[in-house]
Amino acid sequence: MIGLPIAQGLQIQKPGGADDCVASNGFCPEWIVDNIDRYWTPLLEHVYLTVAPVAIGFAFSLALAIVAHRRRWLTGPIIGITGIFFAIPSVAAFFLLQPITGLGYTTAMVALVSYTLLIIFRNITDGLRNVPAETRDAALGQGMTERQVLYRVELPMAVPEIMAGLRIATSTTVGLAALAVFAGAGGLGSEILVDKRFKSNVVVAGGLAVLLAAAFDLMILGVQRLMTPWRRARA
Amino acid sequence: MTGPALAFLGDFGEAIEFIFKERESVSGGVQIGGLPEMLGFTATHMYVSIVALVIAAALAIPLALWLGHLGRGDFVATATSNVGRAVPSLALLAFFISFVGLGYTNVIFVLVLLAIPPLITNTYVGVRQVDRDTVDAARGQGMTGIEIVRKIELPLALPAIFGGLRTSAVNVVATATIAPLANVQTLGEPIITPQTYGFVGQLGASILVAVITLLVDFIFARLQRAVTPAGLKLASPARRRRFPFPTRRSPKSA
Amino acid sequence: MNSTYRRILVALAALCLMFGLAACGDDDDSDSGGSGNASATDDGDSKAITSDPANASKGTIAVGSKNFTEQFILGEIYAQTLEAEGYKVRRRLNLGSEQVAYKALKSGSIDMYPEYTGTALTSFFKVKTADVPKDADEAYEQAKAEYAKNNITALERTPFQNTYIIASTKATAEKAGNPKTVSELMAKNPNLSISGFPECRQRSDCLLGLRSVYGFKGKFVSSDGKFSDLDGGQSQLTLAFSTDPQLALTDKYTAYEDDKNFFPPYNITLGIRNSTVTKLGDETIDTLEAVQEGMTEEAMRELNRRVELEKQEPRVVAAAYLKEEGFTQ
Repeated sequence: MIGLPIAQGLQIQKPGGADDCVASNGFCPEWIVDNIDRYWTPLLEHVYLTVAPVAIGFAFSLALAIVAHRRRWLTGPIIGITGIFFAIPSVAAFFLLQPITGLGYTTAMVALVSYTLLIIFRNITDGLRNVPAETRDAALGQGMTERQVLYRVELPMAVPEIMAGLRIATSTTVGLAALAVFAGAGGLGSEILVDKRFKSNVVVAGGLAVLLAAAFDLMILGVQRLMTPWRRARA
Repeated sequence: MTGPALAFLGDFGEAIEFIFKERESVSGGVQIGGLPEMLGFTATHMYVSIVALVIAAALAIPLALWLGHLGRGDFVATATSNVGRAVPSLALLAFFISFVGLGYTNVIFVLVLLAIPPLITNTYVGVRQVDRDTVDAARGQGMTGIEIVRKIELPLALPAIFGGLRTSAVNVVATATIAPLANVQTLGEPIITPQTYGFVGQLGASILVAVITLLVDFIFARLQRAVTPAGLKLASPARRRRFPFPTRRSPKSA
Repeated sequence: MNSTYRRILVALAALCLMFGLAACGDDDDSDSGGSGNASATDDGDSKAITSDPANASKGTIAVGSKNFTEQFILGEIYAQTLEAEGYKVRRRLNLGSEQVAYKALKSGSIDMYPEYTGTALTSFFKVKTADVPKDADEAYEQAKAEYAKNNITALERTPFQNTYIIASTKATAEKAGNPKTVSELMAKNPNLSISGFPECRQRSDCLLGLRSVYGFKGKFVSSDGKFSDLDGGQSQLTLAFSTDPQLALTDKYTAYEDDKNFFPPYNITLGIRNSTVTKLGDETIDTLEAVQEGMTEEAMRELNRRVELEKQEPRVVAAAYLKEEGFTQ
């Protein structure tokens, strides 16, 4: 409830900020250190927009690859379709999906998942195909069923290729998630657009994206090394 | 068909109509849309893309050919492919807008930077995959380094080079979509000005962008196949093993 | 692990360290304007907003705004006002252009958002720019009537208006002979380039109108950089907002008078869905209108200055406004 009439209480400051580093939209390390926490939420959103699509894409691709492993003829069509998803620019896809999935994270997710499919599927398939025939035969000779061969021999041996695929998919998705702002989602890209003239902002938001990609890359590389100690993992 | 399904078609139907027929802008008073305007945007879009691709190719391919010939570019190839993939196109464009400014030069510069990594990586890998015996034989015959590159390594690396061109081309065309942020009115213009073009305009432009990018991908795929000598299998396992770093970057940067 | 990765790891570690330091060190960025903490236990002279526990059970109120600085600030001010009264508020402060915002308002995705009278009339209600009343109150009344037809209540207009102002650097002004009005400027220098937000290019109440009414012939630079464009030489003129903080820097920039009154009035009016108005009740509506009374052009310019030149967050600036004006503690 409001009582009396208003008195002018706002402290108007002198417009002297013009020569300031910040006021002239420069690159200001002090400002960055003081304000770094405003990038925390966008960074977390960006992590979500990267990890979730890659995880979902991996699940789909693995399923598709296992199916195509038995029925080789499916590989061509799958690569064809996922290839089309892959070639459609993300900004376009974010809009093409809107009549169906609306504005928001769902649209971003669907589009980002679709981009990971070709990369991961191809890598898993290649990895499986690269298992030497002798190894397969030896395993079959030991009495394993086809299915056991797949899960106990072929897939583990395909881990380097699969991991390589995950690494490519992840770095790519980090880059694309920056555009998720056009789908109505958040992330570091939306932070860039908030003030795209302010050099400090652009450098921090963009830099964080690059560092995020590098961090994921290293993490997956680490997982790969843990999973395949018998093999010198390739950088 | 019920509600959402019809609406779905409705939006797309309207978007396609937007591409071909003029209509009044959402904010009123002016005619927008229609084929002439769309073709104008497309022309700008292709112009910056082609110029950028040509410049990038002129810079990257000779460099990578030479590095491949010498066998000294492993690190460069890996690093550019990693970094090139990880940098978001929006960040790069915003960076240059804030540090350099607006306009064609700026946009083309950014597109060139984005186009270079796949070209370097793929060209380098392509040259390294050329059979060493062939090269040695040529050397034995007295060919100079440059002659070897020109007559042996380049022709044999062409499929890989075109693979790189394909990836870069699609990258560049995709990224040109956000060029309007820097005052270059490509097909992304209706997308960032919904007040004028409406959601229908955004959708129509997106359809055009998707179609054109797919076309570019298809054309380069054909070209790649055309330069691949019969019998050369591009995806043979032996090749993959020797070059563990990925050669295909996503073309989806925008 | 090769050296590239090692270097990247070091950079990442440095960044983590920075995050950590920032998280520990910065404590003056506390979230003021929280919910229900402003109870007027002091004397009845105070204009502090009181929190009513009953408001919390009225459901979540969705406050929207368009996507530029002033809109973020206004959205936050209204949102925080409601929160101070005890409402649960959801913010949707980056809706985009007015078309998107209006669609959200009509459909119920948001309950309210602040719109400019001139924009509402020309963009939603199809009034031609030239036909919009030049008087601020008349324009408001017309907008209010039109909104009412759409079951939306338009609250009292704000004291300030945020109209377009053509501005240039002082150097450009001097070279042009220091004209005072746009007509004078255009008379001798019709070919100066002008930068403006992308939509302006195709709008009759923007570039197209400028060309026909003022005889503007120069190139249009599609950019929302405004004064950055002037500083960087990207354009010689720019379409600024009258509440832009840079306009106060009269030794750097010059503004020209809209002598032909081309631009309509642009006062803010908060459009609220009728169903929400019923839910909120008269007291809340009065509070929302009272909070506006401190919004003079000078005040808005100061708030914009804090966000654009000091890079403070709109949320923080809005909270400071409410506090400094005495609405919250």
